[in-house]
Amino acid sequence: MRYEAPTTTKEAANLLAKAKGKAFVLAGGTDLLVRMKAGMLEPDLVVDIKRIPATRKVTKTASGFTIGASVSGAELGENKAVKKAWPGVVEATELIGSDQVQGRCTMVGNLCNASPAADSVPAMIAAGAKAAIVGPKGKRSVAVEKIVTGPGKTSLKKGEMIESISLPKGGAKIGDAYLRFIPRTEMDIAVCSAAVCLELGAKNVIKKATVVLGAVAPTAVTVPAAAKAIIGTKLDDDALDALAAACEAACNPIDDKRGTIEFRTEVAAVLARRAAKIAFERAGGK
Amino acid sequence: MSGVHVTTTVNGDAVEFVCPPNEPLLDVLRNRLGLTGAKEGCGTGDCGACSVTVDDRLVCSCLVLGAEVEGRSVSTVEGMADGADLHPLQSKFIEHAALQCGICTPGFLVAAKALLDRNDDPSETEIRYALAGNLCRCTGYDKIVRAVDDAAKDIRKAKAKAATKTAKAKAKKAAAK
Repeated sequence: MRYEAPTTTKEAANLLAKAKGKAFVLAGGTDLLVRMKAGMLEPDLVVDIKRIPATRKVTKTASGFTIGASVSGAELGENKAVKKAWPGVVEATELIGSDQVQGRCTMVGNLCNASPAADSVPAMIAAGAKAAIVGPKGKRSVAVEKIVTGPGKTSLKKGEMIESISLPKGGAKIGDAYLRFIPRTEMDIAVCSAAVCLELGAKNVIKKATVVLGAVAPTAVTVPAAAKAIIGTKLDDDALDALAAACEAACNPIDDKRGTIEFRTEVAAVLARRAAKIAFERAGGK
Repeated sequence: MSGVHVTTTVNGDAVEFVCPPNEPLLDVLRNRLGLTGAKEGCGTGDCGACSVTVDDRLVCSCLVLGAEVEGRSVSTVEGMADGADLHPLQSKFIEHAALQCGICTPGFLVAAKALLDRNDDPSETEIRYALAGNLCRCTGYDKIVRAVDDAAKDIRKAKAKAATKTAKAKAKKAAAK
């Protein structure tokens, strides 16, 4: 195995593109190094992207925020501006692992690991996050929901890496929330989860909404019918019932020892309902 | 596999080593630098027995490559005591008998120090969350949590004492003028 720590994204993409054999990007390493240790992966090349300044910082831009691919969960949690604008995204990212794991894990790593149960992914999709991809053919920006194509699989091509995630500006009338179910209070992987982002219009009526479920299908699932159920309402009980029904209909989970199909389906809808209430409150609704 | 040459700082001392590119920092510390405080429990980031800080950030050293710490600053349990003077956490772990077999203890000490460095007055819940990444199969955690709580008290007292001393010195200086 070769270890490289380039200082520019272009150099990193070149290394990845020209690599013979298996090449992997290393940011936090909390998935990669576990797999290497287990013998599931034997990389020929590991490209550490933490020496690339563009991946290390959180920047406030005209259109919102840019979060570098190697910004750790702990670092993101300490950023007051992002936490204020996108509390759901930050809380979801902070749910990944222990304090030790938080010191290393990243949103982009969580995304590229492509687990159906990734915590930060539904929250990012709900918030309308975009991934800045750098590859041999230059840069492109892709909606986060287009990245994961199945468990462990992404739409990234050979030589491509994600340099950063961009989030919109947010605002006083926009609120987001993420909730997951785990059988204990800490240190577990979502059995099912839900993220909701919504924007209020005049008289606190919901103008826009995105509802995303996690761990109930091979990838995070956006549920337009659930969003439709609450748009134009003030999140009354009927609207919430309709949202929950739409969520249940969108679930296609696996049945395993961590949760049955019935359990995951029912609880995902309950979480969506609760997340919608939190997001509504955060958007200034009552 | 050719080795990677790394220059870094461990517990304040400049250190150099050569390691295979896929060797975890934990193995570097234990087998190349003779710092056997950090332990390998699981090797997959679940147990926290290998906890160290890199640039003041708490991490599992089993999930960091030795090659990654070039130019960084690593702190391990060996750097906690000031010569023969134990860190308050170490004293309180002994006083409360917050260990039995001791394998998890270095990890708990390093993680608890990371907590108290940023929050010297944590609630019991905050202590339990901050130590959720450290597993102990002997104690049932209660004595560990009490030891951390008690050490936090000592640290706050020492800080208050130092603050009064500075304030007094300032007042004396002002009076002399």
